[in-house]
Formats: sequence, structure tokens, C-alpha cells
Amino acid sequence: MSAVGTLRSKIKSSVPGWRLIGGPFLFGFLLLLTPLLLMILLSFWTQNYLKLDRTFTINNYVEVFSHPVYFTLIKRSLNISLLVTLTTVLLAFPVAYYISFYGGKRKAFLLFLITIPFWTSYLLRIFLWKIILGYNGVINSGLMSLNIIEEPLSFILYNSNAVVLALAHAYAPFAILPIFVSLEKIDRSLLEAGRDLGDSALRSFFHITLPLAMPGLIAAALIIFIPTIGDYVTPRLVGGTDGLMIANMIQVQFSKANNAPLGTALAIVSLSIVVFISLLFILINRRYLRRQV
Amino acid sequence: MASPSPKKQTNVPSMVKLSGIRKSFTDVEVVKGVDLDIGKGEFFSLLGPSGCGKTTLLRMIAGFESANEGIISINGEQMNKVDANERPTNMVFQSYAIFPHLNVAQNVAYGLKKLGLSKDEMKKKVDEMLKLVDLDGYQERQSYALSGGQRQRVALARALIMEPKVLLLDEPLSALDKKLREHMQQELRRLQRTLGITFILVTHDQEEALIMSDRIAVMFDGKIAQVGTPREIYERPVSQRVASFIGVMNFLKGDLNGKTEKGISITSDMFGEIMLDANQMPSPLEPGAVTIGIRPEMMSVLYRDSDAADNRLTVKVTSVDYYGDMTFYAVSIPKSENHLSVCMRNTVGRHVYQLDDDIVIGWSNASMVVLR
Repeated sequence: MSAVGTLRSKIKSSVPGWRLIGGPFLFGFLLLLTPLLLMILLSFWTQNYLKLDRTFTINNYVEVFSHPVYFTLIKRSLNISLLVTLTTVLLAFPVAYYISFYGGKRKAFLLFLITIPFWTSYLLRIFLWKIILGYNGVINSGLMSLNIIEEPLSFILYNSNAVVLALAHAYAPFAILPIFVSLEKIDRSLLEAGRDLGDSALRSFFHITLPLAMPGLIAAALIIFIPTIGDYVTPRLVGGTDGLMIANMIQVQFSKANNAPLGTALAIVSLSIVVFISLLFILINRRYLRRQV
Repeated sequence: MASPSPKKQTNVPSMVKLSGIRKSFTDVEVVKGVDLDIGKGEFFSLLGPSGCGKTTLLRMIAGFESANEGIISINGEQMNKVDANERPTNMVFQSYAIFPHLNVAQNVAYGLKKLGLSKDEMKKKVDEMLKLVDLDGYQERQSYALSGGQRQRVALARALIMEPKVLLLDEPLSALDKKLREHMQQELRRLQRTLGITFILVTHDQEEALIMSDRIAVMFDGKIAQVGTPREIYERPVSQRVASFIGVMNFLKGDLNGKTEKGISITSDMFGEIMLDANQMPSPLEPGAVTIGIRPEMMSVLYRDSDAADNRLTVKVTSVDYYGDMTFYAVSIPKSENHLSVCMRNTVGRHVYQLDDDIVIGWSNASMVVLR
């Protein structure tokens, strides 16, 4: 084949490759990377009422780290999202376990049932929690009509517990599915082998099922942790004042406070924390994944 | 149908005793009344086509399935109510079931953990066991980095370290390639002889069963068709089905005239009336139409007229399969629809016949077996 021919065939064979990733790359570049870079840039500028001062400064970051309110909010966000992650994974595990081990022929149907909450918008589901937990809500009026309490409980809505509850409910399917998949992947003959070697049910659970389901558990934890730490609707609707999270503060900086540079600095700091914690999760996960063929 | 009684080898104490075992899944009965008596230190094989219930039977002995009816006892103790983790049996699974999150030593030590041994004792036992299965030095190897044969050895070591009374093997060699399989057959046999543990092997490979076992139970459709030593099963099959499952057999039509002091008398168009030894009829049959079976290697091509044979027949070659060490001829009998297969060992100077050649084949009376 001539040199030109070889070159042509080389180009030809490489065309589908870049075409394939070209679209997504452009999409990612324009809609993810560019805004992120712009945000980083913005966080080093200053807002002077109506005008943007474009001189480089780290004042926004100094402000973030020196003001205790931001630290409190970030800490609370972390606490809430870790609590949500823990609650959701702990509650999702038995559900996934039941479907995988005892679902039998109804497996597909049970998984289908789990997706039903998605038929309603996220916002509506959060509003429903207001109706359930509210001052005149389902729980309070129910307990009152049963004469268990005399006046409505006020600690069940508008605080961080309500946020945890609402988020844990909203993210349950995201935890159930990856855990279910990892449980499904466990070769049942491994459990029989464990039993054959003298395992009690409990020992075989802790020595075989749980370690092998770990990748699913960690994936579930990541899937819940990342979006919940930045959640802003839920704390706004059911969080009251002590349930507000860092995302609410970022939103305030962008709108009411008209200080977008400080907002971006806050966003970058929280993003870094999320990335750091996620990397930890991934590192742990790799330990488990590496062992599985 | 006269089912063969569950006999065992003489003077060997019983290790596993099954009586009247039945098992159904939903509404399909997969084991339909099995009686077996497996002796101590025996290498026993359950042989049958897939779906015959042999694996279910093994899993009932292990305790993974419970029998709907019947009694399972091991070493004289009834096991029906004993859980799998309390039974003196260990199993080598078909998939090997190596724990993927543990390394070789951890896999092998898995069952020892609850015995409360010291670290040193445990390590010593694991090392010894790995030496026994020829895997010394692989202690720290991760299980995903093992080959099929190595996984099999780990599974074996993991089961044997528990010092079971009975080792159960569920088609342990089916995933290995031919060379490795043959090697492992020898190895397993050697291990069983050294350790003296009762092995129960489930297999669908008749050759494997013949090579390895002290005794074989051939199973069809949830029932045991025949129990016996490899030679009994191969040379004295009780039915056409057993005979065809264990290798190839030629079947001729004949009539059983009766049984006398001297033996049994049969008649066939091909050779008239002859007397056979009584043991050539492995299961008692009523006089009437019977089948006469002859293994292909028991028939020989008569190259010279002077070659001696009790029976001889001129036939036409219809196909020739050359295997290197052997040549298999399919031949047709003139004026008959019967086809026979004859197998000759290839030796120096021995002629290999071609298609449509007319040849003379012969066989001795002693090579025949009368069966259903």
C-alpha cells in the first residue's frame, strides 16, 4: 500500500474514535469545565456593589475561613449529609438484601416498586413531608386524636432531623439499587461453602456477604453523600433556621447579598471538601474492587 | 423392574447410608427413592447424565437440601435434622467457590477459624495442607490470580483441612482442560488413598468414574440403575441404558431359553443356541426376548481364516474412524439392518480397512452379556 493510502486509512480508522467522544467532550467542556473555571476565576475577584473589581485577591477565601458562620454551616452540611448517608445505607441494606435473597420471582416487581417515588417530583415529595411532620400534620393530629399527646410536637419539623428524614427518604432508591446489584453478584455457592466449613448464619454474613457487598455499599454512600451535601431545596423547605446548609448560604450570596465572588469561594471550598471525602471513599472502594474478579 | 440391592464391598464398615431418599422441587420429583450404602474409605462415584438427580443427592448428603422422605446417616448417626455446618462432610464445589476477598492461606484457613487454634498451629496446618495439594508457596497469592487448576487445589485443601469423614466432590474436574483433568484424576485418587477418607464424586464423565472409583452408582431419572465396581459396570451392565452410557456397546437380538446348572442358554439368528456362564446375565431375567451386548473392543477383525473365534460373521465396512492408537469400524450385517461397531488396536503391519471392504469379524462367547 502506498504511503498516501496508509495515511488515509489511518485517518479513516481514527475518525470514528474522535467522533464518538467529540460530542460528549464538547458538552463537558462547555457546560462543566468552562463554568467551573469561570467560578474559580470569579472567586478571586471582588464585588463592589454594582461593579466587579477584577483585581486578583484571596480576600473571599480569607473571609470564608475567618468567619465562623461559614465554618458552622459547612460543618452542619457535612454532619447532615453524613448522617443522611449513614441512615439511608443502613435502611437500604435490609431492603436490598431482602429483594436479592428472598425476592424470588418477584424481584423485578419489587425493584419496580422502589422506583415508584420517582413518579412524583422531588419538590412535591419534600412538601409531603411538611404535611406529614407539620404542626397540624398527619403525625401530630394522629397522635392528638389518639390522646397520646396534648399539644402538637414542634421538634419534628423545621430542624436538621427533618432534613435528614426527608433526604434519606428521597435518596433511598439510589442506595437500594447499587447495594442490590452487589448482593446479586455474590455467587451463592460462596455462602454454601461458608456453611459447609462450619459458618453460622451470622458468621457467614459478616465474613462473606458483607465484605463482598462492600463495593455496592460504598458506591451507595458516594451517590448519596455527594448530592446531599449540596442540597438546598430540602433544608429550605423543612429545615427551619437550624437546618440551613451551606448551599443555602451560597444561594444567599448570589441573590440577596449580591456577592457572587464570595458565593463562588464558598462553593469552591465545599466542592474541595466533597472531592476530598469522595476520594477517600473511592480509595476504600478500590481496595474491595481489586479483590473481585 | 428389579432394582439392584444396595450392596457394599465386603467387610467394609458403612460410612454413608441412604435409605428411601426422595426429593422434589416444587412439583418435580428429582430423586425417586434411592438406597445406597457407601463404605468407609471408599472412592464412590455417582454417575449419570445431567438432570438425573446426582447433584441433588450429593447436596442432601452435604445438608444443603433436605430429603422429603428417607433417612440419611453418616458414620452411624442420622443426619436428617443436622445442619450443613454441623455435618462431618465437606464439599468441593463445581465452581470451586473460592472466597474472592481472601488470599489462598485465608481461604484454606477459613473453616479452622472457629476451632480456636493458635496462630502458629493454624499456619502449620495450612502450610501442611498446601504442601499436600502441591500449592506450597502460594499462601499469599490472591485468589483472582489463580488458574483453574490452582483454584481446584485450594478448594480441595480448604475442604480437607477440616478433616471430614466424607469429602463430597461436585463435578470438580469438569471445568479443567483435558490434560489437567487427567492429571487431577490421578492426584485425587492418590490423595484419597493416602488420607483414607471416604470420597463421593459426582460426575457425568464415565471415563472419569471408571478411572477413579472403587464403586460407581449409575443414576437415571432420579433412580439408581446399577451399583458396582468399574469392571462390573462396564463388563456386566444390567441394561442397554447403562451399557450405552458407559461407553459403546453392540446390541444383538436374542432369546433367553432358560437357566440350568451349567449356565444360561440363549438363541440368536446369528449363532444359534449357545450356553453362557451364569454371571453373564448380571440381573435375573425371565425367559423370552432379551438383548445380547458385546463391547466393540471385544469383537475383532479376523485377518486370517485360521484366526480362532467362537462366532464369526462376514460384514461390510460402512465407516472408518481412525484415532491413531485405535481404528473404529462401523459395519453392517448383510440382510439385516443391524450395525455393529468394532474397534481394533493399530499395531505394526496391521491393515486398516477402507469403506465398503468386506471383512470377517469374530467374538468369543465369554465376551457377551445378556441384558434388558
